[in-house]
Amino acid sequence: MTLKLTNVTKRFGSATAVDNLSLEIPEKQIFGFLGANGAGKTTTFRMILGLMDLTEGSISWNDDSINYSKSHLIGYLPEERGLYPKLTVKDQLVYLGRLRGMQKNDIISEMDAWLEKFHVPEYRDKKVEELSKGNQQKIQFISAVIHKPKLLILDEPFSGLDPVNVEQLKKAVVELKEAGTSIVFSSHRMEHVEELCEHLCILHHGTPVVHGGLKEVKRSFGKKNVVVRADFDVNYLKDVPGVVRYKPFTEGCELQIESEDVAARIFEALSGKGFVRTFDLEEPTLNDIFIEKVGASYE
Amino acid sequence: MNNKFFVILAHTYLNRLKSKAFIITTVITLLLIVGLANFQNIIDTFTSEEEQVDKVAVIDETDSLFSRFQSQVKAQEDVMEVVEFDGSEEEAKTAVQEGEYKGLLTLSINENDLPEGTYYSNQMSELSVSGKLQQGLQQLKVAVATENAGIEQSTIQQIYSPVSFEKVSLAEDSKSFEELNETRGLVYIMLFLLYFGVLMYGNMIAMEVATEKSSRVMEILISSVSPVTQMFGKICGIALLGITQFSLILLVGYQSIKSNMESMSGGGFTSYFGFSNVQISTLLYAIVFFLLGYLLYATLAAMLGSIVSRIEDAQQVITPMTLLIVAAFMLAMFGLNVPESTFVTVTSFIPFFTPMLMFLRVGMLEIPFWESSLGILLLIGTIIVLAVIGARVYRGGVLLYGRSSSLKDLKKAMQLSKKE
Repeated sequence: MTLKLTNVTKRFGSATAVDNLSLEIPEKQIFGFLGANGAGKTTTFRMILGLMDLTEGSISWNDDSINYSKSHLIGYLPEERGLYPKLTVKDQLVYLGRLRGMQKNDIISEMDAWLEKFHVPEYRDKKVEELSKGNQQKIQFISAVIHKPKLLILDEPFSGLDPVNVEQLKKAVVELKEAGTSIVFSSHRMEHVEELCEHLCILHHGTPVVHGGLKEVKRSFGKKNVVVRADFDVNYLKDVPGVVRYKPFTEGCELQIESEDVAARIFEALSGKGFVRTFDLEEPTLNDIFIEKVGASYE
Repeated sequence: MNNKFFVILAHTYLNRLKSKAFIITTVITLLLIVGLANFQNIIDTFTSEEEQVDKVAVIDETDSLFSRFQSQVKAQEDVMEVVEFDGSEEEAKTAVQEGEYKGLLTLSINENDLPEGTYYSNQMSELSVSGKLQQGLQQLKVAVATENAGIEQSTIQQIYSPVSFEKVSLAEDSKSFEELNETRGLVYIMLFLLYFGVLMYGNMIAMEVATEKSSRVMEILISSVSPVTQMFGKICGIALLGITQFSLILLVGYQSIKSNMESMSGGGFTSYFGFSNVQISTLLYAIVFFLLGYLLYATLAAMLGSIVSRIEDAQQVITPMTLLIVAAFMLAMFGLNVPESTFVTVTSFIPFFTPMLMFLRVGMLEIPFWESSLGILLLIGTIIVLAVIGARVYRGGVLLYGRSSSLKDLKKAMQLSKKE
């Protein structure tokens, strides 16, 4: 059940929202979709779901197109949250679940399990407008997964939630993956993607600038980080050749280096100067990669 | 797929049926109908309790007019009594001011030997008493004047009796006068029902769609169900609601009219609205035009509702549609008096006006079958075209969120939508 996008392009008049995007999203994994605001993430999702026409290219899921006959296999959490404000949580989920082809009894038992899991069973008969935004989001998440979809698309699932709720939702996402759901999710919170995804893609102005497995992406980025904590002033390290960025903090600094070789030079430069508490060579964070690939064009 | 259509239909129907707004408006309408049907009874209960005779004091300066005037007033069979007042005019005025009498009338003879009167009262706004007095005096004056001229009373009666006038149609199939009167009643009712029905339920559909859009639940909906299914599920759900409401109203209306037939028959209601002679075909046309008219405007409303981003804009965007309905209604009201005019004939083929104006022609005139069929076909064609366009706009419109909602968005919505 791989989802395959081939040379997908979407233009609105003269503006190009998605430009020649080719992706392969493996099944039973979590695929992260990163990008600044307006990078084309939501448009891509809408095209995958068949809500919008492609200008060029093709999208196939398991060698077939996605249409309404498969809607019971697909779950979608849109970026713009919305439920019927006047309906109770139960009526809401029953209606949305039935539109995904479920039977009422199944919906109710699934719903109770989910409400229990999110520690909010007392909201069952409350109107949605009475719930807080975070709790509404939980209900909406339930509506996207209640029918046990094979493919789940989550557009910014964690935005606007407090850390406790983020953890609950993350846990639920991981459980769904383990149960065999293929999940695509978008975010601009790098740490979430780093934590959850095996594969990712960074979209910039509609074109993928980084694409692949998390480990390969980090490795191929080349640059690494060195963290130094020492009892003496390490200010001079920024002049070591190969150091790209220097960020001091109270008892040391963080250096971004061009390649692993530079680390050896820094280590040499440190030796004999005094007591070094930490010397750590780290993989680059997604944040570094994102800023480098996307942020560069803003400067 | 079919299944989802019924899920949406049932959801729309039940949700609206259970809503407070629907229950309240229905109950108020029903109460109003029962109230209107029992109007005569209600009035009777009030009047019978306080059947007070209005007494009017009369000072006759001529001593000869009063008895004749009194018999004239009595002939009007009203709850008014004229009493000859013994005393001066000043005393009489005081008595009126104290409320003993409703008013004071002084009768005298002018220089032409004709009676004239002056009426004094505390309540000059009360027209019924003074009007009746004036009428009585007028008749008295005519009688006196003719007597003075030496004309017989029977001659006067002949002069004033209404002229005999009969209408006979020469066209064989044209409707008789009674028939026409009855169909006019039906057309009248039907036009009103269509007008209110389309306006009310069209509004409801636009609101329904706009609510889903403004609450952003729409994006989930269109990812599970095709917009066409959604749109028609909603339209049929609201139609079912309308049928429920109208059935209730008709049922209650019929029952209360039936139980109050006696008190209403005097009011000319049955002669105008009695349907005993209405042709079955006219009733069938009424149902067909009602359904098609509803479908046409409902599709339009759903389409317009789908392009607004905020519920506040919904009213604004369906204004053109509302104006169209009002225009059709105005035309029909105008056409009720001149159903044969070219103007009515031409507009009855314009699909947006067809439900009202073609029905008017079918009901009031004998028009060739091809004309009504052509009107219906054009109407069905327009509904199909609107449904196709509507579905595309709906699909694009639900993804369209902008600051302003104008009709320009229709085009944008079409571009956004997926080609079928």
